[in-house]
Order: sequence, then C-alpha cells, then structure tokens
Amino acid sequence: MGGGRRRNLLMSKIYGLGCGKASFKEDHSQIGGPGFSRVVHCNEPSSFEAGIHSYSDNYVSTTKYNVATFLPKSLFEQFRRVANFYFLVTGILSFTALAPYSAVSAIVPLIIVIGATMMKEGVEDWRRKQQDNEVNNRKTKVHRGDGNFDHTEWKNLRVGDIVKVEKDEFFPTDLLLLASSYDDAVCYVETMNLDGETNLKLKQALEVTSSLHDDYNFRDFKAVIKCEDPNANLYTFVGTMEFEEQQYPLSPQQLLLRDSKLRNTDYVYGAVVFTGHDTKVMQNATDPPSKRSKIEKQMDLIIYLMFGIVFVMGFIGSIFFGIETDNDLENGRIRRRWYLRPDNSDIFFDPRRAPAAAIYHFLTALLLYSYFIPISLYVSIEIVKVLQSIFINQDIHMYYEETDKPAHARTSNLNEELGQVDTILSDKTGTLTCNSMEFIKCSVAGTAYGRGVTEVERAMDRKKGSPVREQNGLNHVEDSADTPAIKGFNFKDERIMNGNWVNEPRADVIQKFFRLLAICHTAIPEVDEETGKISYEAESPDEAAFVIAARVLGFEFHNRTQTSISLHELDPISRRTVDRSYKLLNVIEFNSTRKRMSVIVRDEEGKILLLSKGADSVMFEMLAKSGRDFEEDTREHMNDYADAGLRTLVLAYRELSENEYKVFNEKFTEAKNSVSAERETLIDEVADTIERDLILLGATAVEDKLQNGVPDCIDKLAQAGIKLWVLTGDKMETAINIGYACSLLRQGMKQIIITLDAPEIQSLEKTGDKNAIIKASRKSVLEQIASGKTQLSALSAMSEAFALIIDGKSLAYALEDDMKQSFLDLAIGCASVICCRSSPKQKALVTRLVKTGTGKTTLAIGDGANDVGMLQEADIGIGISGVEGMQAVMSSDIAIAQFRYLERLLLVHGHWCYRRISSMICYFFYKNIAFGFTIFLYEVYSSFSAQPAYNDWYLSLYNVFFSSLPVIAMGVFDQDVSARFCLKFPLLYQEGVQNVLFSWRRIVSWMFNGFYSAIIIFYFCFRALEKPAFNDDGKTASRDIFTGTMYTCIVWVVNLQLALSISYFTLIQHIVIWGSIGFWYLFQVVYGYLPPSFSTDAYRVFVEALAPAPSYWFITLFVVIATLIPYFLYNAIQMRFFPMYHGMIQWIRHEGLSDDPAYVEMVRQRSIRPTTVGFTARRAASRREASQRRN
Amino acid sequence: MADMNRERHRTRETAFYLFTQQSLPACKPVLTPGWVITIFLFMGLIFIPVGLITLRASHSVVEIVDRYDTECVPEAFRIDKISYIQDDSIPKNCSRFMKVHKYMKAPIYIYYQLDNYYQNHRRYVKSRSDKQLLHGQKYHDTSSCQPVELNSGQPIVPCGLIAWSLFNDSFTFIRERAELKVNRKNIAWKSDRDHKFGKNVHPFNFQNGTLIGGGKLNPKIPLSDQEDLIVWMRTSALPSFRKLYGRIEEDLDADDVIVVNLMNNYNTYSFGGKKKLVLSTSSWLGGKNDFLGHACVIIGSSSLILAIVFTLLHLKYRRPHGDTSYLPWNRKSLSG
Repeated sequence: MGGGRRRNLLMSKIYGLGCGKASFKEDHSQIGGPGFSRVVHCNEPSSFEAGIHSYSDNYVSTTKYNVATFLPKSLFEQFRRVANFYFLVTGILSFTALAPYSAVSAIVPLIIVIGATMMKEGVEDWRRKQQDNEVNNRKTKVHRGDGNFDHTEWKNLRVGDIVKVEKDEFFPTDLLLLASSYDDAVCYVETMNLDGETNLKLKQALEVTSSLHDDYNFRDFKAVIKCEDPNANLYTFVGTMEFEEQQYPLSPQQLLLRDSKLRNTDYVYGAVVFTGHDTKVMQNATDPPSKRSKIEKQMDLIIYLMFGIVFVMGFIGSIFFGIETDNDLENGRIRRRWYLRPDNSDIFFDPRRAPAAAIYHFLTALLLYSYFIPISLYVSIEIVKVLQSIFINQDIHMYYEETDKPAHARTSNLNEELGQVDTILSDKTGTLTCNSMEFIKCSVAGTAYGRGVTEVERAMDRKKGSPVREQNGLNHVEDSADTPAIKGFNFKDERIMNGNWVNEPRADVIQKFFRLLAICHTAIPEVDEETGKISYEAESPDEAAFVIAARVLGFEFHNRTQTSISLHELDPISRRTVDRSYKLLNVIEFNSTRKRMSVIVRDEEGKILLLSKGADSVMFEMLAKSGRDFEEDTREHMNDYADAGLRTLVLAYRELSENEYKVFNEKFTEAKNSVSAERETLIDEVADTIERDLILLGATAVEDKLQNGVPDCIDKLAQAGIKLWVLTGDKMETAINIGYACSLLRQGMKQIIITLDAPEIQSLEKTGDKNAIIKASRKSVLEQIASGKTQLSALSAMSEAFALIIDGKSLAYALEDDMKQSFLDLAIGCASVICCRSSPKQKALVTRLVKTGTGKTTLAIGDGANDVGMLQEADIGIGISGVEGMQAVMSSDIAIAQFRYLERLLLVHGHWCYRRISSMICYFFYKNIAFGFTIFLYEVYSSFSAQPAYNDWYLSLYNVFFSSLPVIAMGVFDQDVSARFCLKFPLLYQEGVQNVLFSWRRIVSWMFNGFYSAIIIFYFCFRALEKPAFNDDGKTASRDIFTGTMYTCIVWVVNLQLALSISYFTLIQHIVIWGSIGFWYLFQVVYGYLPPSFSTDAYRVFVEALAPAPSYWFITLFVVIATLIPYFLYNAIQMRFFPMYHGMIQWIRHEGLSDDPAYVEMVRQRSIRPTTVGFTARRAASRREASQRRN
Repeated sequence: MADMNRERHRTRETAFYLFTQQSLPACKPVLTPGWVITIFLFMGLIFIPVGLITLRASHSVVEIVDRYDTECVPEAFRIDKISYIQDDSIPKNCSRFMKVHKYMKAPIYIYYQLDNYYQNHRRYVKSRSDKQLLHGQKYHDTSSCQPVELNSGQPIVPCGLIAWSLFNDSFTFIRERAELKVNRKNIAWKSDRDHKFGKNVHPFNFQNGTLIGGGKLNPKIPLSDQEDLIVWMRTSALPSFRKLYGRIEEDLDADDVIVVNLMNNYNTYSFGGKKKLVLSTSSWLGGKNDFLGHACVIIGSSSLILAIVFTLLHLKYRRPHGDTSYLPWNRKSLSG
C-alpha cells in the first residue's frame, strides 16, 4: 500500500518551510535534567526500561466521582453549602434532648432534600462517564510487532507504542511524527480543537526517519526519545532522539498533539510520547471553573441575613427565658410557677443554673427557628433550573435542523444569569460568520459584476420592507433558493456566467482576471477518483473561494506539480476548453507586512508573468502609470463592497522581460538561501523591486459569510441595551469588514483605532532593541488611549457614536495593570469595541477586565478552542456547536447551533428564567418568614420555652408538601409576557440587567411582607380564639385547635399570595396551588386518624373539632383575605399608576393594542434608550444625515 | 425555516408540544382598574354584612365573669396568700354571688379561667405519656413524664406535670335555695375519652409524693371517665385560657342571683395568676367575642373606601401607557 498513492510532491517546496531544520539550541542541553526527564523507548513499550518509568496509560477520566468516592465526596459537596450544613447540625442536634421536636420529623426532609440533590449529581456524573468511555474506546492502529499493525482502543496505548493514524482521524495521544505518506515526511494537521485555527498546519518528521514508509519498516525500528516532562505549553517541545546511535534534536515540528486531526495526508506513523492526562491538551484542561450566578450569590447573602435574624430572635428569646426561669426558684424554694416543678429540673430548665439553661435554650431556639431558612430552597432551585434547561433544550426555535442540533444547556446553574447579561464578548470566525468565504462580487476593468445579495443588504432590505412580508416567511423561501449550490461560490451574473464573458467589451481583461485567480494561490487540488470532481485544500477559506470561482467561470485549476500549474481554460476565440500549463517560477508568499501575494509563471507562449493580488492599501501604490485605467471605478466599487461587509482584494499583473526576471531570480534565491536573521526582510526587499509598475485588472469581493440572521440578532440585542464586543484573531481589516457587515460599525461612526503599526515603532522593531520597543509601544498606546478619551468627552455631547478598534499588540499593553482602567473607560464609552489579532489569552483577559472592571454580567460566545479561556472566564460561556470542534462546546455552559439563537436565549429564556428565579427566591423567603415568625410570636406567649407552635410533622412538612410545588411551578412556568412580546419589546431585558426584580429593596419588601403576614395571622387567630368558646358546644380552643387554625391560614395565605404574584395560569398552576391547599386538608384527616401515639396532639383534631366548627372556616376566610389585602392593593396601584416595563406590555396585550403597529412603535420608541449600534441605529443615522443635507 | 413551520403545524395539536414550547393555553389576568374596583366593592359588600351577622351572634351570647381569687382569701391572709393556699388546715370554702343580668338559655356553660398560667410551657407540654394514659401501668417507658414519673419506686398513673397540676377548685351553684344541677359529663372531646384515655386504666400512686400539686383522682374511676382530667390535659394554647367545667341545663332568668359555693384550692397566687368563674351561653359561632365582627366590618368598610378612592384616582389620572418615566432604571437616571 501507500507507494502507489503516495504523491511524489515535496510539499515543503511549495510552502517555504521557514522553520526548516531543527538544530540543537540551548534548550537541548537541559535534557535529562529536572523537568526534562522523560525517556521513551520507541517500539518496545513492554521492555524493562519502559517498565521502570511506568508512565500513565491513555485512559482519560473527567468524572468527578467514582463508586467509592461518590458518597463521601458528594455529601461533602452538599454540606459545604452553609444552609445545608446548618440543617445537618440541626438534624444531629434533633437527636439530643435539646430538640423541641422529634428527630425523625427533622431528619426526613433533610434526607429527601439531600437525596434529591445527590441523585442529580450522580446522574450528571454518569453521563460524563459515558462520554469518557466513548473517547477511551475509540480505535486506532498500533504496532504489534513484526510489522503488523492492529486496531486497539485508545485507552490501551502506552508510551513507546508506534501508532499509525490515517486520514481524518484524531491523534490518540501526543505522538512524535516518524514518517508520513509523503516522501519528505510532512503531514497536515488541523488543530481546531486546540487553538481554534482552521487552517492546516504542516508538520515534518526528522529526515532520518522519513523513509519508514511502510508497516514492515517498523519490525526492527528502535529509538530512544528523551524529552521534557508533561507540561501545558502547546507550542514548545524539547527533546532528542537517539536513532542508530546518533542524536537528533526534536522540536514542536515533530510533535502531533492529541485531539488534533490528520488532514490531507493518507497516513502517518508516530511514536507515543505522552499519554492520557500527560498529553498537552489534557494538561491544558483546567477544571472548568464552577460558575454561580449573581442571583445565587446574592441569595447566599439573604441566607446569612436570615441566620442573623434567627440568631437575634434566639438571643432575645434566651434572655427572656433565662430571666423567667431564674425567677421560678428562690433560695432553693419554689417561688413562682410551681406547676413546672422548678425544684426538680434538668439542666435545660433549671433555675439554679439559669444562665446555662439560657445557653441551651439558645441552641434549642436555633433548632426551632430553622424554619426561617427554607430547607428546600436549594433543591427546589436545582429542580427548577433543570426543568428550565429542559425547556431551553426543547425550544424548537433554537433547534437547527441542518445539523440536527438543539440548544443544549450544559449546566443549569446559569439560567437566570442569562437574563442579566450586560456585555457580550463574541468571537468572530464561526460565531458571527460561518467561516465559509463566498465569492460574491468582482469589479473587472471598471465594471462591477455580481448580483448576489449579502446578508447585511438583506437585513437592511428586510427592515425597510413591510413587516407582513417577513412574517409570511417569504424571505425564508428565498433564502433556501439562494443557498449556493457550490460551497464558496455565490456569484450570480448572467453577463459572465456560462462563458458569456467572452462577449463582454473587455473580455481580454476578464480572461486575465480569472486566470490570475486560478494561478495565484497556494491551494492543492484533490481529484476525486470516482467522480472526477475537484476539490481544493487551501490555507485559508478565501483562497479556496477564489479557485472555485475561477473554476466555475471557466478556469479550472486541476493539477499542481512542483514546477507547474495546469488549468482547463475556456478559450475566448474558439470557445472550447483547452488545457494549459503554466510553469511555476516563484511564489512570493503572503505575510502581514506585505499584505499581498505574487506568483511568477511562464505561460505556454514563453511570456513571464507576475501575477499579484493584495490589499488595496498596498496594491494601488504599486500600479504603473499606464496601469491605472480603471482605478477610479475600481476604488468606488471597493468602497461599496467594504460597506456591504465584503472582503476585497485588488488583482494586478505585469509582464516581465527575461532579463528582468533573471536579475530578480538571482537576488531572490540568494535572499531565500540566506540564513541570517534578516532573511525575511531581505526577501521582502527583493520582492519589492519586482512588484511594481503593475497593471490593474480589478478587484474581488468575498463575503465572509455571516451566519443566518446575525445582523438581525445583533440589532435586537443592541435594542435590548446589551453591548457587543468582538474579539477576534483576525486581521484588523477583516474585523472591520465584519464590523460593517453586522452593523457594529457604520459610515460616519467615529472610529478610534489603537494600533502599533506606526512607522516609528516599525522602524524600532527592525533594530530589535526589545526594551526600546516595549517602552515606545507602551507610550504610544497610552497616548492613543488618552487621545481617544479626549475625543470621546469632546464629542459625546453631540450624541456621536464611537467605535474602538484595537489590535492584539496594543491590547497587550492596554491590558497591563496601570493602563487597563483607562482602556476600560474608553471602551465603555464606545458603542462598539472590536479587538483584532487577539490571542486566546488576551480574549480571556479582556473578558476578565470587563467582568471585574464593570461588575456587570458578561457573556462570551465562541466556537473554537481558542475561545475556551474566554468562555470559562466569562460569567456565561456559550459555545456554538455548529462546526466540528467540540472543545468550545465542552467548556461552555450552554451550547447553541447558531449565533442568532442568542436572541431568543437571552431575551426570552434569559428574561423568563431571571424573573422566575428571582421571584421564586423572594417568595421562598417570604413564605418561610410568614411561617417561622408565627413560631416566634407563639414563643412570646409561651414564656420563650421553645415550645413549637405546631405539631412536629406540620412543621417539617410545611416546606416539603404544603408550599413547595406551587413555587416550583412558578419557577418553571411563570411568564410575565409571552415570548412574542419579549422579542417585540427587547428593552424588557433591561429589567434583568438593572436587576430590578432582585434588588435589595424588593427582597426586603418581600421579607417585610412575610413578617407582616405572620403578625396578622397570629394576632387575628389569637384574638379570635383566645378565651371564649369556639364552637356551639361550648368547647374552648386548646393548643391543637389554635395552631391548627393558624396553620390552615398560613397554608392558604402563602398559596394565594403566590397566585396573586404570578400572571400566568395554566392548568398546572391551578392543580398545584389548589392541590397544595387541598392536600393540607387531606393530610389533616389522614394524619389525624393515625394512632395518637404517632399523631400526638393532632389526633382527630380536624375531623372532630375544626371541621364541624363554623368559626374555623370563617376565621380562615377572614384572616386570609385580611392578610392579602395590602399586597393586592400595592399590586393594583403599581400596575395602574407605576407599571414596570413588563406591566406596560401586559397592558398593551390586554387592551389588544399589540396589533396596532403605530402604537406599539410609539411605546417602543419611547422606551428605548438611544441605541448606538445595529442596523436600526444605522438607518436612523442615515436618516439624520439625509435630513441634515436637505437643510 | 419553512420546514420548521411545517413541523410546527404538524405537532401543533399535541398538548405536549405546547408544553415543551411553554405556550400552553393560559389565563393571564391583568389587574385592570375594573377588576380591582370590583374586587374591593365585592369584599366590602360581603364583609360588612358578614361582620354584622357575626356581631349579632356574639351579642346574643350572655356571659357572666367573676374573679374570685382575691376575694376568696380571708382578709387576714391577704398579705401572704401563698401560705394560706398551702396550709391544708385552713378551710378553703368560699361563697360568691353572681347576678344574671339577662335571660340565659340553657345550656349554660361553666368555665374556669386562669391567667398567666403557662400550660404551653415546653417543659409542661412534654411532661405526659400518651401511651400510659391509654395502657396504664402496662406501659413502662414513662421517661417523658419527668419529673413526675415515679414515687417511691412505683410508677404514677397518670404521670407527668400536667396531670400532677390538675385544677382542683370546685363549684356548686344555688339559685333560690335550690342547688342547680350541673352536668359534668361530656365536657371533654369524645376522641380523647375513647382513644386517648384508657377505659381500664385507673389512677395509681397519684399525688402520693411529698409535694402535692393539684387535684386528686378517685382511683375507682377509670381515666376515660375522669373528664376533669381529660379537659385539663388538653393543654391550652395561650397563657390566659378558659376550660369547661360543666353545664347548667336550666334557663336562668334576668335578675336571678346565683350563689356559688366554691373550694378555693388551686394555687395561682405564687405566680400571680388570676382565677375567674365564667357562666356563658353560646351561639353558632361559639362564645362572646366581638373581635371578628368588628374586624370584619372594619375591613369591609375600608374595602369600600379603597374602591371609591381607586375609582377617583383612575378617573383623575389618565396614564399614557407608553410613559416610561416611572421605569425603575429611568427613575434612577433621573435622580442620579
């Protein structure tokens, strides 16, 4: 195998492998020393030497628990929560004599609550385990001896194994590349999972091993690798290989990292160097930070506050109790309450040791008032959040049919945080854009071709068009018709397509134009042997788009050899397809300083052509005087393209004379072969001499295709008052283009660009004086930030919108401690912020800066592994699960398939969840205060003896049965306004950002409501049942009757209070609310019929005493209504006179005005703070401009 | 998108789909002024009449209260009532006169009322054994009865502080020389008599200790028939309470004078508690208690007032719905 299919093409020649040959550098002297102790005996993993090192196997585990550790570890996790710990302590104490109630009744709810949470933990961990198993059981080929390779599971690989990895497979471990299907032992690697970069990376094995092309070569292969210890640095590797008694240095060039993918290469052989958790990618995998939402953090504070209240109440009670108890006895003689037998008392009530009794009483009180802290709060919130995330996962509007991917909330911790996002930090490639380039327009010989419509134009059109058309889904139909049949090509123009270009007036230019596109690139064609179809592997997707465009228009690039490029060309005269071959003389590569690429070819007629394409900023300068025929037109077209969000390149060419070429070639070869540090500069200089006096052909426009609906979504988010920052690794030009494309930037917006491309710094860089560079750069960045700020303050009064664009180099300085605050100030003042050329680390740092600097909630969204840091750093990380790489999704909190789903995720689900959780927590404390405070009030009237007001099981089941389901239902189902209105009025989202629904004022009001309810209930029942008979049979109200009535009132009040505070009743709400109340009566009956030894003082109380007495029912009705009136009144007044935003929308809906577009628009306009980005703002700005011009 | 639409149509019917999409048919009440005013009006119209009915019921009850704890201590002992009550050699009988000011229809309930008596003290409430009350001496584990569990090694039946402190004042009523018959049966709840106090359990070793608390029990009568004890052991909720003593099953006319001969045995003097004797008839709502009636009328009338105020406000201030000046975040920015 192999030999035949092996392409005898030395790829290393096409790509100028700058990294070239590794040589022993200073690092290599450390091998064998500390940190560099690894010794790998290749191809003999079971040898004695390998045995002594005993490196870990390739089994990877990401689970939190195993069978043995599950119980202790998860229990520990549970009781780390302060409230749960408190309940554990009270549970334990309830077995002592301190307890005012029976131990069982106290411990059962705790067990239920903890059990439910642990079950959830267990299920989650089991799922993780399954995922691990999937990875660990993947198959790969390993050398079994005698040149036989055999399949084995990943987990069985050991250090020293020789592994054969085939095309499009993932590397199972970190491998040392030994040989590949190519003669020069190169291979292409896609490292998307590691760094998010989609272009292919070239790796090359040592020359000495490059001849091991076949399985049988490995029969006797032996080598010893000595290298560094496992570490997290992806881009370094230091080692040596001892092969045939020679030492060879190893570099990262030979290391294939786990989780990257072999591309474009049939197979490679590699030796396993690092396995399992030692691999670089696993070393990089930090434990995902466990994130908690702001609301939950605030909830902890409330719990502490409640503890405070409990302690204060206990303390007051203990003092009174101590005094009362102390008074009962005087000089050993009974003085007061003889019926308590204070002379013969245990420590808990002993007047002789009253202080001690008071201290014990304090503990008892803490047990008793534990009903202030809602035991079921955590578990209810967890249940609610799981259900909420199921709703998120189920939402059909966030389901992406093409890839069959629904939204996936990976943690349920952050649902409500989704409703509070202030700043979105977005990746660009793969997130805003599809990461597919489409050739869409071109300008040739001063004529603009291409009738395709970009997403931006479409979005603008849609906004202008009548909304009815939008709803009918006409656009969607168009969409599907528009979908290009050929990936990367979306060009439509009958003047050029199907060979019609030959009839165009400047057919000669058009021919040159497309020929240039077909020749000037570094792509490699791949011919499918069965269908004969050609696909291209290119370094970047836009390059592929060019080649494809050329192919579709009649210039099919089909073969590349080391020295030639072959095309099937349409001949304009004969109108037939002819084969043409061009001799490839030189490739002058693209780099960021040159911003252009050129090839020099000799055509079949012997002419030497220099074909060049590059950015307009450099290309126009290089044109010959005679070559500027269409410059004016082309520039104009390019401006249009740029504003439509397209990436543009200028194409130009020139013919070279033999002589000219000869001179150039000598110099160029010399420069290429030089070994000095200035090799690059030399090459650039030589290239400069030849790339001049070019003749302009035209310009291309490639759409870095935005994902569907991105501009719409950004517009909505902007209207909701959410800021969007784009952090991208792309070039500044590209980033700005995309900024335009998604309306983050617009013409007329003041751009503050911070960059270090200034000539003085570049010249400094050439000198190589590091300190000077740093100093100058820092100074320059500081100055630019300062000047930006002055501009900002000078012009902000004129409501001018600013955009801040900063590149990675400057960002490095701007993020330094002393500068970051002013950078942040500047950035916050700007409507849009774009950071380009930023590294993954910088993305994370910027995220952290925004998060800590503003204290607001940040959301990061990205799709690649380079976004992982950012996703983990942000309060919420959203992964786009569109493309192959799963790294981002795995470290995200919520995964969605398309950027546009963010709109629904935030505005609808985020808002709902925020509202639900915050109302739920407020209500939880309310209901527990309403209950707990009656217990305290009862204490006041039982001389603080810590006698519980209610029967033990009444106490413990309050939180579990009689008040839990309705609040859970509220947390899961409540909606203030429907999804449609959430989207229609995006500003509603500000309720979450400003934390209106969970402000301390609101929390304290709810608590106050709780105290108020308790007081009303207690005193009304007190006065109604105090002394006189309570039924017609003359019976008076004993303890059981009094507390039974009071408890009934509480159950009614808290459930009806909930009904009052929700605004969305489905059947479910009715069932749980009325069911809870009904269940209380049912419980009384059933519990009352249990034997008296169990039901104690609740024995038949309801059936015999309460139910037949009219006063019981009457008191219930009256107390419940009297308790609820103030809240109802408050609600009515607020709703009528000071409605919150959701209240207004409810009005609109209620009055049926939602269909009156003018009216709705008015409400929306009045409520929107000036929006500064998005196409709504863009349209507003252009309207303003137009009106100014008219004046 | 088109496919999604089709999808939506196909499954629109199923409730489960609506459930998962959170779009179940729902009632979404909005507190419109109409509703608010109606509700307040309704409450006013309901509560005022109900309150009046309640008041009427309460007023129909005739209640005579007589505090006797001080008066029944002879003048000589009034300085040190405690030594009086603890001295068994002094006779404790005492006579009181109660004047009926209004016709009282039988049955007339006799209550004794204690104030500042913490029958709801935790130590007190705990100190009983329900199993022993039901099963008698057969049931041994009476540790909950501390500190009145055993006496000279023998179990006490009924044990515990509650039983030990049984109220033991007794009353006889005489009208015009004739003793009024007092029915002291059926004053306890039936379930207590039948299921909580044993039919074959007789008091044993009760009040035999050095310190005698309250009343004694006749060892011949089983606990289930000792209704005084049963009533007493159903502890009161609050420190002021009444307990049923018996019933007079004859009507009393206005201006009747009733002589009450009572034995003032029970010590409330140590803790400053009052003792009162109460004669009362009852209505369908129970005893005389104006609180509910008054509260009802007050709530009802304030509801009516609120309804009117709300109507006026509603008519006076027409609020444009798009007005955002009251939005919380706008308010903040205004003040800031």
